[in-house]
Amino acid sequence: MPAAGHLLDVRDLSVVFTRKGRRDVRAVDGVSFTVDAGETMGLVGESGSGKSVTSLAVMGLLPKRGVRVGGEVHFDGDDLLTLPPERMRDIRGQDIAMVFQDPMSSLNPVVPIGIQVTEVLERHQDMKGEAARKAAAELLDRVGVPDPNRRLKEYPHQLSGGMRQRALIAMALACRPRVLIADEPTTALDVTIQAQILELLKELVRDSGAALVLITHDLGIVAGLCDGVHVMYSGKIVESALRHTLFAEPRHPYTGGLLGSVPRLDAPRGAALHPIPGSPADLRPWSQGCAFAPRCANRVDPCMQETPALETSPDRALRCYNPLRADEEVPA
Amino acid sequence: MTTGAADTDHGAADAADQPATPGERHRERREIHGEDLLLSVRDLHVYFPIKSGIFIDREIGSVKAVDGVDLDVPRGSTVGLVGESGCGKTTFGRAVLRLVEPTGGTVHFDGVDVAGLAGEDLRRVRRRMQMIFQDPMASLDPRQSVESVLTEPRRAHGIERGRAKSVGELLDLVGLPASSASRYPHEFSGGQRQRIGIARAIALDPDLIIADEPVSALDVSIQAQVVNLLEELQDRLGLTYVVIAHDLAVVRHIADVVAVMYLGGIVEQASSDALYKAPYHPYTKALMSAVPIPDPIIEDTRQRILLTGDLPSPANPPTGCRFHTRCPYRQPTRCDDERPLLRVMSPEHTVACHWAEQIHAGDIQPRASAVVEAAVRDEPPRQGVPIPSDPDVTTLGPPAGV
Repeated sequence: MPAAGHLLDVRDLSVVFTRKGRRDVRAVDGVSFTVDAGETMGLVGESGSGKSVTSLAVMGLLPKRGVRVGGEVHFDGDDLLTLPPERMRDIRGQDIAMVFQDPMSSLNPVVPIGIQVTEVLERHQDMKGEAARKAAAELLDRVGVPDPNRRLKEYPHQLSGGMRQRALIAMALACRPRVLIADEPTTALDVTIQAQILELLKELVRDSGAALVLITHDLGIVAGLCDGVHVMYSGKIVESALRHTLFAEPRHPYTGGLLGSVPRLDAPRGAALHPIPGSPADLRPWSQGCAFAPRCANRVDPCMQETPALETSPDRALRCYNPLRADEEVPA
Repeated sequence: MTTGAADTDHGAADAADQPATPGERHRERREIHGEDLLLSVRDLHVYFPIKSGIFIDREIGSVKAVDGVDLDVPRGSTVGLVGESGCGKTTFGRAVLRLVEPTGGTVHFDGVDVAGLAGEDLRRVRRRMQMIFQDPMASLDPRQSVESVLTEPRRAHGIERGRAKSVGELLDLVGLPASSASRYPHEFSGGQRQRIGIARAIALDPDLIIADEPVSALDVSIQAQVVNLLEELQDRLGLTYVVIAHDLAVVRHIADVVAVMYLGGIVEQASSDALYKAPYHPYTKALMSAVPIPDPIIEDTRQRILLTGDLPSPANPPTGCRFHTRCPYRQPTRCDDERPLLRVMSPEHTVACHWAEQIHAGDIQPRASAVVEAAVRDEPPRQGVPIPSDPDVTTLGPPAGV
């Protein structure tokens, strides 16, 4: 049972994709985290780390066939993974909402924005006709879409990328959800538009007290927005801490490597970049040691033999046999 | 607004000194004499016609993708071109290589005007100018082996086998194993594919490489590998780069000189250090304050300038300063009426803003609504972020020293 009564409590979540005649793919492997109201939690990782699949599993949006989902997702006393589909449909969009990465492919191109926003209100709030339309206009106005009444009649292709993302956020916020999951909400956008959207998300968390799960690959966004951060690699969480702790003192070689490999706008020019060798595709299964070991500079013998456990200390959780020392210079 | 009467007078006096007509922009622009320019672009225009009509294609307007751009690229240097999507940076790169036909202006490559070349002459010049594309999967033929990809440039230009770099040499230069030659693009990861694209670009010993978003399609941990490779190749082969990107941090890292584009024109150009230390143009300021920095302490204390709205349509650009519709520093009438020219602020720094000096001196302040003060987030006394652990959910204490 959820001990302290967290708003969303994900425990030992695992997702395995199975296909006849192929080896099973373990996309998410024993991921646990919690989020509380008014809190922003960051899930960081590169492509293939399982961060998006985690969010889809929490939302119950993975297909039933060929997917094995294990673990528990506690929300409001229920385990979402065992709820019947019709109950889940009530919760989804109402209590837990999601903002997807690419607004062009997650909006229906042949349906006006207005109908797509009011659909949520009609389904969950029993609003009808003019009342729903007015509420939709208010929502668009709230997320900063100018001239909302005109926009409601327009189709997604008539909106710019930033406007589309705002419309998507408006849909997610329609029922005042208690948990908002944003999967790379700004990756498809330009930096100035990204700043607008991040500011909007920040405001929404502050004003509505919703919990925000932010999934991203951009450490800069995490540094500015999240309270706690979980770093994922190949389906497992490898390091978790509060953002100040994590950025000041990354202990996992992967976290340190990520920080050392991004050029920083404020770093002196000429500072060398320290890329992580190899690529995220060079995976080792976690069952045979550490998945990051082939790319790791800190590798020691046990890394190739036994899976490191997630060790919890007062200020962080860490999955590593030979972490960066606290006093060690972060390669930057 | 703190602009007093005295400041306004000062501003007006300054304005009188500036060239008034667009025709004077070239005289006003810094001329680099004696410097060895590999590429010199003057007043480049690329307009795409908008057509309408069923039987007769009537031209009803044009998208001004590139609208009067000057750019000098000294031999052996790296010039960065940054801007948001739709600002014309990619079209500029393609027009330099004549992959799209420029509507007007000149492109001098090593002293030859590329815009006037045709046929065999153009082919000869193109051999020396190569391009690296953004999406390595889309720019490699999936049915072509790496060996074939890397020998095609040589075959296309009719160069004998021994007179260009061998496939083995090329693979070695970009850090791929020699065994890659017989493999196909799908067998490689994104970063490796980009290395193949780079190997193809250097196959004919070019002088100039235009890299259009060379790392933006790659994973974070891979981007640095490719950036380092580009820098290493520049040292070894004496290449000159024009790097086109939207990521300011990457451009700052790789480029010696950075030009910032907005809606078809360059609004500011300076050495990489000068630009990042003291940006003059309001757009550059906003762009830089929007880039997230992976450091919570900085993120908590920096001030952000938020731009409202989106990029206006390049088919119908705003009058006067292209940026005035979104500019938080906009001053009445002049910004709306008169297109600012690139002016020299210091030897290495040009900017196209009427009020650059006043903004820099702090006499003109941005609209308060556009500024997001640092640390507006009042951190409540948090019990801590719960962190995962296998048996029990434990709780983190608040971070030390915060």
